[in-house]
This record gives sequence, C-alpha cells and structure tokens, in this order.
Amino acid sequence: MSLEANVRLTLGALDLDIELSVDEAEVVALLGPNGAGKTTLLRAVAGLVPLTSGYVKLDGRVLEDAASGKYVPTERRSIGVVFQDYLLFPHLSVLANVAFGMRSRGMRSSEAAEKAAHWLDRVGLSAYVQDKPDALSGGQRQRVALARALAPDPRLLLLDEPLAALDVTTRAEVRRDLKRHLTTFPGLRLVVTHDPLEAAMLADRLVVMENGRLVQTGTPAEVTERPRSQYVADLVGVNLLRGQADHGSVRISDDSVIAAAAAESGDVFAVIHPRAVALHLRRPEGSPRNAWPGRVSGVEMLGGRVRVRVEGDVPLVAEVTPAAISDMKVAEGGEVWVSFKSTDVGVYPA
Amino acid sequence: MRRERVPIAVGILAAIGAAFFILPLLGLIVRSPWGDAIKALTAPDTVEALKLSLVASLSATVIALVFGVPLAWVFARVEFRGRNLLRALTTLPMVLPPVVGGIALLLAFGRRGLVGSWLDSTFGITLPFTTAGVVMAETFVAMPFLIITVEAGLRSMDRRYEEAARTLGAKRWTVFTRVTLPLIGPSLFAGAVLCWARALGEFGATITFAGNFPGVTQTMPLAVYLLLGTDHEASYILSLVLLVISLGVLVALRHRWLGSA
Repeated sequence: MSLEANVRLTLGALDLDIELSVDEAEVVALLGPNGAGKTTLLRAVAGLVPLTSGYVKLDGRVLEDAASGKYVPTERRSIGVVFQDYLLFPHLSVLANVAFGMRSRGMRSSEAAEKAAHWLDRVGLSAYVQDKPDALSGGQRQRVALARALAPDPRLLLLDEPLAALDVTTRAEVRRDLKRHLTTFPGLRLVVTHDPLEAAMLADRLVVMENGRLVQTGTPAEVTERPRSQYVADLVGVNLLRGQADHGSVRISDDSVIAAAAAESGDVFAVIHPRAVALHLRRPEGSPRNAWPGRVSGVEMLGGRVRVRVEGDVPLVAEVTPAAISDMKVAEGGEVWVSFKSTDVGVYPA
Repeated sequence: MRRERVPIAVGILAAIGAAFFILPLLGLIVRSPWGDAIKALTAPDTVEALKLSLVASLSATVIALVFGVPLAWVFARVEFRGRNLLRALTTLPMVLPPVVGGIALLLAFGRRGLVGSWLDSTFGITLPFTTAGVVMAETFVAMPFLIITVEAGLRSMDRRYEEAARTLGAKRWTVFTRVTLPLIGPSLFAGAVLCWARALGEFGATITFAGNFPGVTQTMPLAVYLLLGTDHEASYILSLVLLVISLGVLVALRHRWLGSA
C-alpha cells in the first residue's frame, strides 16, 4: 500500500519532472531550495494542479492519469493537507474548522462536533474550541491545521512547510509534537520543507529536489554522508567536487587534479570536510600533494569555528579556530595557501 | 501626522467644489417647513409611497442578490468568449439614462413587447404599470452595482481557502456556500446596500415602465416630483427623508467604499 506518483508539468518558469513513492513504513520529506517545485508536486498529488503527463496512484487506485484522462477531483481523494500558512477558515470557529472535513463528507453535525472536540483535545487546544483562528498564536493555529487535516481520517497526509510560519522558540516544541503525530498516524505521510534539520528530524527518508528534478534520495544519514548536489553539500557544510577518478587522483577540470587515496575510476563525487582543509601563509612544507594558493573571498563565524572561503583553481571552504585566524591575520582579499591530505577525500560514484 | 501645505489655488478650487455639494443640502435643510414635517410625513399618499418604496427596493435587492451573485461568480471565475461584452451589457444600466432603460424595458416586457406579448397572451401576466413593474425597473437599474462589487470581492479573495475546503472533501456547492460566500461577506454586504440605495432613489426607469399610480407604482422619488407641483413644502420634507437615508448608507459604507481614512 503506497503512494506512487510520476509527475510531469510546467508551471511558469518551473519544469517539474519527478517520480516519487511513499511507503507506509516511512515518513518522506521533500527537501529542496525555494522554487524547486516541492509545493507544486504536493499540489499535483492533491489534484490541485493538472499533470501534463504521468500519473498519481494511491494504494494502486489511479487518482490521475494524463494518458487516459482519468482524474479524481481533489474533494474525492482521501487526503489531508496542512498548508504552509494553514488557511484556517477565518469565519469559522476552531471547532467548526476541525469539523469541516467530516461535515463535508456527510457526517452528522453532532457527531462531527464531538470528533472535532476530541481531536482538539489531542492537540491540547480544548480550551479554544469556540475561538476564531485569528485569536490563536501561530503554534496553536498550526495544531488546529493539523487536527483539521487528520480529523476526517485521510489515507494520505500532506504537509507543506508545516513549521515555516513559526518563530524559533515555538518551532522546536511544535516540531516535537508534529513528530509524535506523524509517528502515530496510520496512513501515508509526505512533508515538504526547505529546512534540512526539520527534514532530518521528521522524516525517515529524504527526497532532495532541485529545479523540478530529483537529485538524491535516501535516509538523512545517507544523504548527509554522500551529498550528490551542491545544494545538499552546502546544507551539510562540506566541499563537494565532481570529476573523473583515476587510481589515486580525481581530475576536477582540465587544469586541476586532486590526489585522493580512495579514488579508483569513473565519474565520481569527491567530498572534503572543511576541518580537513588547512590554511597556510606560505607554501606548506613537506609538500603535501594537495596544496595550492588562493584568495580569501569570505570569512564567517560558525559555532565557535571560523569558515574561510578560498577562491582558486579549486574553490574550497576551510574551517579553522579563531586563534589560527588571528595568528595568520587572514582577511578577505588576502592571499593564502590551502592544503589537505589525500586520505581525507571521500570518493563515491556519481 | 505632518500637516500638508496646500497650494492656495488648490485650496480655493477645492472649497468651491465642496460648496457646490454643501449648499443644495443646506438649502433643503434651511427651507424645509419643519413645523409641518409631521403632517407631511403622515399624509396617506406619503405613507403609501414610503411603504411602496421600501417594499419595492428591498424586493429588487433580494432579486439582485439571487441572480447577481451567480452572475458575478461567472464573470470572476469562468473564462468564456464574449465575457467582456456580457459584463458590459449587464453593467450598462449604470451609465444609461434611466428613461432609456425604462423604454427598453417597455419594448421587451410591455404588452406589445418581445417577451411581454407572449407573457400576456400565454399566462395573462402584465408587468408594466404594476408594482411588479416597479421592482423590475429598480432591479434593472440597481443590480449592476451589486454585480461589480461582488465580482471585485470574488477577484480579490484568497482562492486557496477554496482549495483547502476541497482537500477536506467539500463539493462545489459546499465550497461556494460555506467558504466563498462567507469570505466575500463584506463585498456582498456593500454591494447589497449600494444596490438597495440605488433602487430606493430610482426615478426615470420606474416612471417610464411602471407609471405613476399612487399606492401601486408611485414610489417616494415619484411622489416628491409630483408634490413639487402641488405642495412644494411637503416635497422638501420628503426630499430630506430620502437625503437622510442616502447619507446614512454612505456613512455606514465609508470604510468599504470610499476607502478607510
């Protein structure tokens, strides 16, 4: 029992072409930068944007198939959606918002109200049933949106940036509760987010998207250990290079080759942690095989360490201690040498 | 707030412009025979006219809501050939001289009119020169105000609420009644009030299509016009009543319609 979607469509500048499956046993997070097409993919699954080609299947049942023209309208799909800004109906009470889905599907009003009250109790908002949504705080509204989506017992739960509208202090708490609800929800779960931490904490599997395409999928650990795009590398904070491996070295471009002990052959990614990159004022002694001069293009503090971006044949980020920075008097625009050991280069097939 | 420095010429012209509106109202207030107000307002013909005006204008508003809201929805949501032309036709009465509207109504619904002759011969229904005719004339002139207000409201509402309702299993009619209509409530209200006020003041189309029979088709504006020839002091009082009603509507709507200050 699963969600299977093969979605191809164009919408403005976005050209979406992606295959996605969600299993019962996993929470899947769609992770990607703004404009990657995550929300559009979620809307396509919900039936709110038409496919140019492809299909959406839920538990083997075809919800949409561009080839045959079959289309099950949104209101007849068994889905629950938590929208980014929640879209709670401003004219209805919190209770009526949560009861809305059950009422729409024909449940008697007294029974729907009872069930809605039970859901509001579960998310800890039983004191607010008669309030209008705009009387609630951001975190409370998020809970109402979640209760509203869950109350009709959908087969598939879709969450679009569920924590993005919250401030930092409430986010951690709401994330913990959301995690709990996701774990106990008996159906299929898909979360859209641009926040890697959120994705890693909520999901069992990440689907990384860029420019409407899938770039990588795997558990959070797999994705962070072996980034396959500059976007993921930047999120994880490592140097990612791509080139041709040749038994102990990787050719990055025509002019630059790095020594990498693990390299064998073929098209590969090479990853170097910034802590493995050393900075020197002069050509380092003992002539390590990976050393070249460059110009400092950025210096920033990050959690007690300093990240130094160095432009050169191969642009790299080095992470050093603040003490080292002040000793070397490194500043933007200054000339430095970078070096790293060939054994510190991780290599895996592209 | 910083005090704006007004160029002298602008100030003078603006003052003349304002005086142009204020003086007639002032004239009405100053020259009305306040001592005879009660007598004029309780005269049988006046009471009849006032009653007829209220009944007809409220009926016209209800009819405009029933047909105008769906029409506004179609204009706002459905793309079809000739939409702009149809929209122009349905808002034409806003700029058409009402007398012309009345003549057009006669040619369509009069006893010898396009539809009227058929209504008369088949059902024995006559519309012109009846109270129903008054309602028709008022609806014809006033409904466009409702249509354009509601259409603007529909266009500016956040349609994602409708999508949210659909993900919750709401069918089209449920979305329309439980989400769309409540969300455009303010526009709906403003449109209905404007429509009602316009219907209340309708003169030209009414007198042309429905005539001027006391108790049947003689509304307040018609009574005012008629009284001007016989008892002009009474007509001042009635004018003042209409003025107070219109002013009340404008004040109530000023945030919505004239932009909140």
